[in-house]
Amino acid sequence: MPVTATNRGPTDPMDVQALTYLFVIGSFALYIGIAVWSRAASTGEFYVAEGGVHPVANGMATAADWMSAASFISMAGIIAFMGYDGTVYLMGWTGGYVLLALLLAPYLRKFGEFTVPDFIGARYYSNAARVVAVVCLIVVSFTYVAGQMRGVGIVFSHFLNVDIIWGVVIGMAVVFFYAVLGGMKGITYTQVAQYCVLIFAYLVPAIFISLLITGIPIPQIGLGASVNDGSGLMVLEKLDRTLVDLGFGTYTDGSKAMIDVFAITLALMIGTAGLPHVIVRFFTVPKVSDARRSAGYALLFIALLYTTAPAVGAFARLNFIDTVQDAPYAEVADWFKRWEDIGLVGWQDKNADGAIQYAPGVPFDGPPVFTGERGEQGQRTLANLPSASANEVYVDRDIMVLANPEIAALPGWVIALVAAGGLAAALSTAAGLLLVISTSVSHDLMKKTLARGISDRQELRYARIAAATAIVIAGYLGINPPAFVAQVVAFAFGLAAASLFPAILLGIFSQRATREGAIAGMLAGLVFTFAYIAYFKFVEPGHNNADHWWFGISPEGIGALGAALNFATALIVSRFAPAVPAPVKTLIASIRVPAGVERPHDHP
Amino acid sequence: MSQQPPSDANHQRYWRANLKLMGVLLAVWFIVSFGFGILLAEPLNQIEFFGFKFGFWWAQQGSIYVFVVLIFIYAAAMRRIDRKHGVSDSATDDAGDGDQPGAD
Repeated sequence: MPVTATNRGPTDPMDVQALTYLFVIGSFALYIGIAVWSRAASTGEFYVAEGGVHPVANGMATAADWMSAASFISMAGIIAFMGYDGTVYLMGWTGGYVLLALLLAPYLRKFGEFTVPDFIGARYYSNAARVVAVVCLIVVSFTYVAGQMRGVGIVFSHFLNVDIIWGVVIGMAVVFFYAVLGGMKGITYTQVAQYCVLIFAYLVPAIFISLLITGIPIPQIGLGASVNDGSGLMVLEKLDRTLVDLGFGTYTDGSKAMIDVFAITLALMIGTAGLPHVIVRFFTVPKVSDARRSAGYALLFIALLYTTAPAVGAFARLNFIDTVQDAPYAEVADWFKRWEDIGLVGWQDKNADGAIQYAPGVPFDGPPVFTGERGEQGQRTLANLPSASANEVYVDRDIMVLANPEIAALPGWVIALVAAGGLAAALSTAAGLLLVISTSVSHDLMKKTLARGISDRQELRYARIAAATAIVIAGYLGINPPAFVAQVVAFAFGLAAASLFPAILLGIFSQRATREGAIAGMLAGLVFTFAYIAYFKFVEPGHNNADHWWFGISPEGIGALGAALNFATALIVSRFAPAVPAPVKTLIASIRVPAGVERPHDHP
Repeated sequence: MSQQPPSDANHQRYWRANLKLMGVLLAVWFIVSFGFGILLAEPLNQIEFFGFKFGFWWAQQGSIYVFVVLIFIYAAAMRRIDRKHGVSDSATDDAGDGDQPGAD
């Protein structure tokens, strides 16, 4: 974009570019420095940092591990456009930590081995159960990691004008360096640094924008305050009225059926509690009591972002409508045109009045296809066929976070900060996922199943090879995302909810759950959930609506039903199977008391 | 670190105390999220709460605050229950009735 002497202000693109490079390179140097300092020497350090991580540090690492590119970049935008229905993500992705803290984490820490399949294998005295758990873990984790690599590529291409492919390659190189070298120990301390970067980068623009709209610096309170435009209206009241005037439903009421909101929230909660890369973080603290406290700190650090996101979403929607509604394109704010240049915004002047109209419905079919030419007003011309609706604006939800600093006319360093924050969120989650994938291969598949009796050194080498291979595959998926990448997120949570969570829970709280019950339960939950999602997403996408769903539950929420099926199957089959052997009963009794906790190790 | 294993009866009392605490906390967890935030959101929205519709506030703010508090209450209460039944994992906790902050 042309820069003239008159428009060189604090948000001058050249300065922002230089600052962004500075912040991104500076933060990468920090992560790599930490990795070199905390190099892992043994499998204990590689898998679980020798169980020596302070609960507060582990809380931060868990928060960074958990909050992905989706939480940082996409969530506030999704809430901005879904209003009340966005609740499913806010409650679903935080409420799961209560289940994790009360039902799983302390007991798994007492169990004291390296991986989630370790627990399933030992508790259900069966290598078949262990392998089923490994398969679930790998499917869930790869689904996730592809999205993270894609997020890295998007941040690079938006903020640094680097090609998406090179963005992914740079991201792979950084993760490779500290995950392969440092293992869990390196990842833990880089995640602590990444949490600090990402939360700072999220809160600073949120505070500015809250001040701008309400005059109150705390976004959580600003969301309930009055708008300082002299109208005397509350933020949410104004948003409701504005949307109704434009023909939308109100912001504070949902449009999804109550049963679906209920099911999706539940599926996301138990899916969260069943995600292996989150569970394994609680293997790294010294004691059982530390695991409980650490879950509290983790959720506290997560809640900082998750309670800010709905405020950011509401402010951004309000700001967006104020800026674009009936504004002549020639005079619209600069950011609108800048994001149009990148292709995340599109405008089609359907009524040829030269002004922008925003209304319900899609403006045209599919994602914008730019012809490469400019229209009368200087807008990028679109090849898409216009829809019947009055809406003229296409807007990618992600810009609600990415463009926020520009919309609020914040200084250049805040924009640069958002880029570093987005990368921190994506890299920290990718590293955590790659670690559980490599661990389950080297430890559960090689050491415990295929190549028993290998030495610690050999196992460590397998772990590093597996981590490197997983990074290459993840990078490939990031560069060439399968067309259905957005569709399969439902799989990750649905499968974690329907397969792993019930098996672990019964393993701790039931003395009667047997090997046969657990395997049958996991398979039933897995197959049912997989089939339901695949049917509506791939086989009959035309049927993907409430008329065809079972009990009105969408594929996103079906994991809740899958989990119930898993529990029921496991309990019924267990009744008819030979009883749990005595040594396993002793194991169950021992994981239920905190006393006698040891450093994580291999049980002979 | 290791202590003598607790007797069976003591162990069972400990487990029952744990389950009771868990039941109470999970009931609160369910009421604030699924109850106030979803099932009762519409009637609660008739009430205004610091500029929010009350049901909407529970769904997007309140429930998350309660989740955080619940975990810290659980951690603190379990520490006391651990100590009472002599199954604590912190050596300092078993020495008398001391309220030491532990090995932070």
